[in-house]
Amino acid sequence: MTDQTNPSVTTATPTARPRAASGGMLGLTKKDSTLMLIVFALVMLAPFILNPFPEGSAMAQFNAGYPDLMQRFVIFGIFAIGFNILFGLTGYLSFGHAAFLGVGSYAAIWSMKLVTLNVIPGIVMAIVIAGAFTLVVGFISLRRSGIYFSILTLAFAQMSYALAYSVLTPITGGETGLQIKNTDSPLFGGPTDGSIGRANLFGAEMGNSYELAVGSWLFTFNLGYYIAGVALLVAFYLSIRIFRSPFGIMLRAVKSNQQRMNYTGLTPKRYTLSAFVISGMYAGLAGGLMVAMDTQVGPERMFWTASGEVVIMTILGGAGTLMGPILGAGFIKYMENIVSKINKDILHEWFAFLPDGAEDVMVSIVYPFIGKGWHLTLGILFMLVVIFLPGGLVEGGQRIANKFRRNKTDG
Amino acid sequence: MDQIIVQILNGLDKGSAYALIALGLTLIFGTLGVVNFAHGALFMMGAFCAVILSRILSASYKVVDESQTDFLGNPLQVDVFYVQRWFGDAAGATIMDWAVPLAILFSIPVMIGIGFAMERGLIKHFYKRPHADQILVTFGLAIVLQEIIKYFFGANPIQTPAPDAFKGSLDFGVWLGYEANAIMYPYWRLVYFFFSALIIAGVFAFLQFTTFGMVVRAGMADRETVGLLGIDIDKRFTFMFGLAAAVAGVAGVMYAPIVAPNYHMGMDFLVLSFVVVVVGGMGSLPGAVAAGFLLGILESFASMPAVVDVLPGINQIIIYLVAIVILLTRPRGLMGRKGVMED
Repeated sequence: MTDQTNPSVTTATPTARPRAASGGMLGLTKKDSTLMLIVFALVMLAPFILNPFPEGSAMAQFNAGYPDLMQRFVIFGIFAIGFNILFGLTGYLSFGHAAFLGVGSYAAIWSMKLVTLNVIPGIVMAIVIAGAFTLVVGFISLRRSGIYFSILTLAFAQMSYALAYSVLTPITGGETGLQIKNTDSPLFGGPTDGSIGRANLFGAEMGNSYELAVGSWLFTFNLGYYIAGVALLVAFYLSIRIFRSPFGIMLRAVKSNQQRMNYTGLTPKRYTLSAFVISGMYAGLAGGLMVAMDTQVGPERMFWTASGEVVIMTILGGAGTLMGPILGAGFIKYMENIVSKINKDILHEWFAFLPDGAEDVMVSIVYPFIGKGWHLTLGILFMLVVIFLPGGLVEGGQRIANKFRRNKTDG
Repeated sequence: MDQIIVQILNGLDKGSAYALIALGLTLIFGTLGVVNFAHGALFMMGAFCAVILSRILSASYKVVDESQTDFLGNPLQVDVFYVQRWFGDAAGATIMDWAVPLAILFSIPVMIGIGFAMERGLIKHFYKRPHADQILVTFGLAIVLQEIIKYFFGANPIQTPAPDAFKGSLDFGVWLGYEANAIMYPYWRLVYFFFSALIIAGVFAFLQFTTFGMVVRAGMADRETVGLLGIDIDKRFTFMFGLAAAVAGVAGVMYAPIVAPNYHMGMDFLVLSFVVVVVGGMGSLPGAVAAGFLLGILESFASMPAVVDVLPGINQIIIYLVAIVILLTRPRGLMGRKGVMED
C-alpha cells in the first residue's frame, strides 16, 4: 500500500517518462488499480457500509451513514490527501493549511452569491483562488525550511484568520461569516420567488436524497455526498499519479537530501513550491465542497487548530502513504461525531452485565476517554503513533498483516 | 506623550509573559535541542496550580451554628475554613487572600516534577529524531495535558483573583508630572512585570555565576566535549528541563489573576511564544527575552486608536507580520547564534 512496497518506484529514474506506458488501467499498476478500486467501492457503497445496524436498535447510534457525516468524511479526506502530497512526500510541515481551505470556501460562496448557485463554478473558483493564494504564501514561506517554514505558514494562516475576522468583514462577513440569503441575486438562475437559493448541480439540489428501506435498515443516497465522493476519487487518482511520477520522486528527493539535489543542479524550490500549490488547491477543493454542501462559511474554519487537525489526520492515518490520509480523516471525523456522543447512561448499559460495584468502576475508568473526552483518546493515540508507528495506522495494519503472512509460511 | 507611556506599560505585562515562556522554550531548545510544543501546556498547568492551591486553601467543613437561625427557626449550617480554624480568623483570611502568591511556592516543586517526568518519560527518546517528530509528539502531549485539565476543571475559565492589597491601579502619571488619572496601571500588572524581571535575572545569574550554570553553558556550546570530560551532562540537562518547566509554571501562576485560567490558554500563548522565539533567534536566551518585550510593546502600540485608524486591523496581525519580515530578512532572528538551526 505504501510507496516503499512498490519496487518499480525505486528503480525508476527521474528522467523516465510517466509510467502511463507501463500498462494497467488509467496508467496505474495492477496494485494501484486494486487500491483505486477499493476506494471506489468504499465511496460508492458508503451509505451501506456505514449503516450496518438496523434503525432503532441499541447500536444504531454507531451508524455513520447519514449524508452530513459522509460528506465530511470525503471532504476532509480530500483535504488530508492534499496535505499529504506536501508533508508526506517533501517533509515540509505546514501549520497553516486551514487558511487555504478557508480562502477556497470564501471564493466558492461569493461565486454562488454573485454568479450562479450551480456548484461547479463555485468549486472551480475555490480551487483557482486557493491555488493563487497558496502560490503567494508558498513563494515567501518556502524561502525557509524546517521549523521556520512551519512558523511562517502558521503566521500567514493566523494573519488570514485575524483579517477575515476583523478588517475584511465586507468580504468575509466577519465573525458571523457568509451565508446565502434571499437578497442575493446571482446572475444566472437565482430563485425568483424571493426564497433562499439552494446549491445545485444543473438544477438538482445538493440536499436531494433517495432513501432506501430494506427491512429495518434505512439507507440514504444523497446527491451532495456523491458529488463530493466523485471529487474524492479524482483527488485520490491524481494523488496516486503524483506519488508514482518522476515529479513525486523529486519530492521524495527533497525530503531525503536537499543538498545533494542542489549539487546535481536541480532547484528543490521549484518542486516544493509545486507540491505546496497542489496541496493548497486540494485544500481549496475541500473548502469549495464544504460550501457546496452547507452554503455557509465562517472565519473559524481558518483558525490554526483547524490546521492542526489536518496534520493529526494525516499522521494518524499514515503520512507518505496513499490510503493513510483518508483513513485518518475518517477516523477523526467518526470519533468527533459518533464516539463523542456516548454518555454515561450508554456506558452503564454496556457494562450492565458486570456486578454493580464493578460496573461503576468500569464506567468511571472508561468515561474520561470517550464521549466528551474523545480528544484525550485522540491525543494519546496520536502520541503513540508518532512514537511507535511513523507510518501511521496504515503501517500498523501492514505490520499485523505481515505477521499473519509470516506465520502462514512458517506453518 | 502620555499615550506612548500608557502603551509601553500595557505592552510590558504581556511582553513579560511572552518573554518568560520564550525563555523556557529557548532553555529547552538550547540545552536539549528539542522543539517543545507542549510548553504552552506547562504555562497553563502553572495557572492551574494557582487554581488548585486556592481551592485547597479554601477547603471547608460545615458546622451547625446554634446562634444563627434561618427563617424557619432551624439552626444554620455555616462553612468553616480549615485555615481559619488552624491559624485564627484574621491570619486564615489573609492566607486565603494570598493564594496566588503562595501558589508560586507550591508550583515550583510540582512543575519541576512534571518537567522531570516529561523529559525522562518522553522527550529523552526524541533527541535523535527529526524536529518534525519532536513538534508532533509534544503537540500530542499538549492535547493530552489540556484534556486532562479540562476533565477535572471543566471548560469554563476559573476566576482566580489577586490579593486584595494589589487590587486597584497605580496612578503612574502623577509621578511623571501629568495630572491625576492620566496614566493608570493596575498594581498586579506592575507586580507581574517586576516578578518576571526577577525570574529572568535569576535564570541568567544562575547560568552565568554558578558552576552548574557554567557546565550547562559549556554543554550547550559543545555537548560531546563536556561529556568526554567525565561530566554527566544528561543529568544537568534534565534539570534544565525541569527549570524551564518551573519558569513556565510560575509565569502561569502569576498570570492567573490577569486572565482567568482555562484549559486552552496555553495553546493561545504557545503560538505567539514560538513566533517570539524565532524572532529572537533560536537558541538565544537574551534574544528570546528581548523579542518577548519588543513584540509585547509593539502589539500594544499597534492597538492605539491613532494607529488602527490609519491601518485597520494592524493590531491583529502585527506580531505575525514582524515575524515574517524578520524571518525572511534575518535568517537567524535578532540575536541567533551561528550554526543553530540554520536551514
